[in-house]
Amino acid sequence: MSVFSGLKFRKVYSPIHNLDPRIKFIYVCSIFAVAIMFGELLPLMALFLLQIPFVVVAGVKREWLRSMRGAAFLATFIFLTNFIASYIGAGYVFTAKILETAVAMTLRFIVLVESFSVFFLTTSPDHLGLALEQTHVPYEFVFAFTTAVRFVPVLAEEAETIMDAQKARGLELERGNFLKRIRNYIPVLIPLIVSAIRRSLELAEAMESRAWGATKKRTNLYTLKVHRGDVVLIALTALTLVAAVYARLYLPVPSLSELLKIPS
Amino acid sequence: MIEVKDVHFSYPNGVQALDGVSLTVKKGEFLAVMGQNGAGKTTLVKHFNGLLKPTRGEVLVDGVATTKVSVAALARNVGFVFQNPDHQLFSETVEEEIAFALRNFGLNEDVVKKRITWALNLLGLAQYRKTSPFMLSGGERKRVALASVLAWDPKILILDEPTIGQDYQQKEKLRQFILQMRTRGKTVIIVTHDVEFVAECNPRVILMREGKIIIDGEARKVLTNPEILEEASIIPSQIAQVFLQLSEMGLPCNVIDVYEAKSILLSFLESHR
Repeated sequence: MSVFSGLKFRKVYSPIHNLDPRIKFIYVCSIFAVAIMFGELLPLMALFLLQIPFVVVAGVKREWLRSMRGAAFLATFIFLTNFIASYIGAGYVFTAKILETAVAMTLRFIVLVESFSVFFLTTSPDHLGLALEQTHVPYEFVFAFTTAVRFVPVLAEEAETIMDAQKARGLELERGNFLKRIRNYIPVLIPLIVSAIRRSLELAEAMESRAWGATKKRTNLYTLKVHRGDVVLIALTALTLVAAVYARLYLPVPSLSELLKIPS
Repeated sequence: MIEVKDVHFSYPNGVQALDGVSLTVKKGEFLAVMGQNGAGKTTLVKHFNGLLKPTRGEVLVDGVATTKVSVAALARNVGFVFQNPDHQLFSETVEEEIAFALRNFGLNEDVVKKRITWALNLLGLAQYRKTSPFMLSGGERKRVALASVLAWDPKILILDEPTIGQDYQQKEKLRQFILQMRTRGKTVIIVTHDVEFVAECNPRVILMREGKIIIDGEARKVLTNPEILEEASIIPSQIAQVFLQLSEMGLPCNVIDVYEAKSILLSFLESHR
């Protein structure tokens, strides 16, 4: 469940937390797009480093590190598949370029996880819902979304209880080969899904008995306004995007091994 | 036998749930763990089958430290029925549900069949053998969960909130069933808020508060001690309340049993006629 802890919001105040979630979201999407545009190591490294100041300013280093650790398993997996595949593809010869591509692919994944983690760590579900609502997303969808986000920690806790209950009945999750281990999770997943469905039905009933959706037009206590910080961020985002597109189209992107003059 | 030696436990988020608990539960004993929400009751009993390991101190089950063996190995002797049956039911039929643990423990299929029949009959679930556990009512699901643990006949049985959502008749059956387990020499430990149920069963009671045991003794002593009960945020059972309020009339104030209360009141009325 450690991947989820990187998505768990904790209420603190920092310049990053106070940014408009809409603009933060645009920023995250831009990082996402840029990461997809480049397969080379150097720009991805730059993208990775670009996020670090955000983490530091927001004061979420601990949580962020935890989510990075959670992503480590998948990252290793991505590295190995890329490395082995291109190693075989190159006819069983090891070159610095192969290593670099594999590292770049892994880093691309890490950048994606990193940016989303920063976004979710610094944006409260309510704030996010508010942003969606003010961009004229129908309230039903907004509500479904914020509820889903809010129930992630609840589900994680429930999964733990279920695992305990099944362990008490002699289930050993770590036993057997790879396939057996996946099958071991069936007794955990079924109760988790069933109780999530049950909970959602109960929630729907409780909401309807409290007149959910009785008024068509809702008003909000808080409204989002664009501040100076938001302008800075949107400028930064635009700059990154323009620079990235320009570099992609007109500049040759050097690889690290070329720069370091490693013979291939 | 379970020995708890000065156990401290903190959850990963830093909450200290147990703060120096020592306790010995002998074979064949019937123990009720009581106390307000968050007092550490469930945390304590989760140490008995190794689901939680103490951060300081140790827990010995039949002389073996729980840190030395796996939960699955401990579970063979220590059955734990969780509060919410929905956290464990997953099979297509009640029969399969009960077979799950038996197969995990590696029993052979003949024994599995026999044990299923035995457990179903014991809890009055025989007609639901081929039914999906998800089709049953809340109380029935709770009994399926109980049957699925009883089926391997553990020496020690832990029940977390067994009376929640059960009607009076089912509670009475549960009480009879616990008595039956005791005559078979099994240790039964229940975690509960149900004062009336505890008063009827008259087990050994420990009261917990903020991760500590504040009193340990017979139910009739613990449940008639108003100061201690208030400390643990528990209201005395109704019989106990009546006798506590009548204590000025020279009646004993450590009565929790209905039949005992009746005979005391009758003889009191006789003598004052």
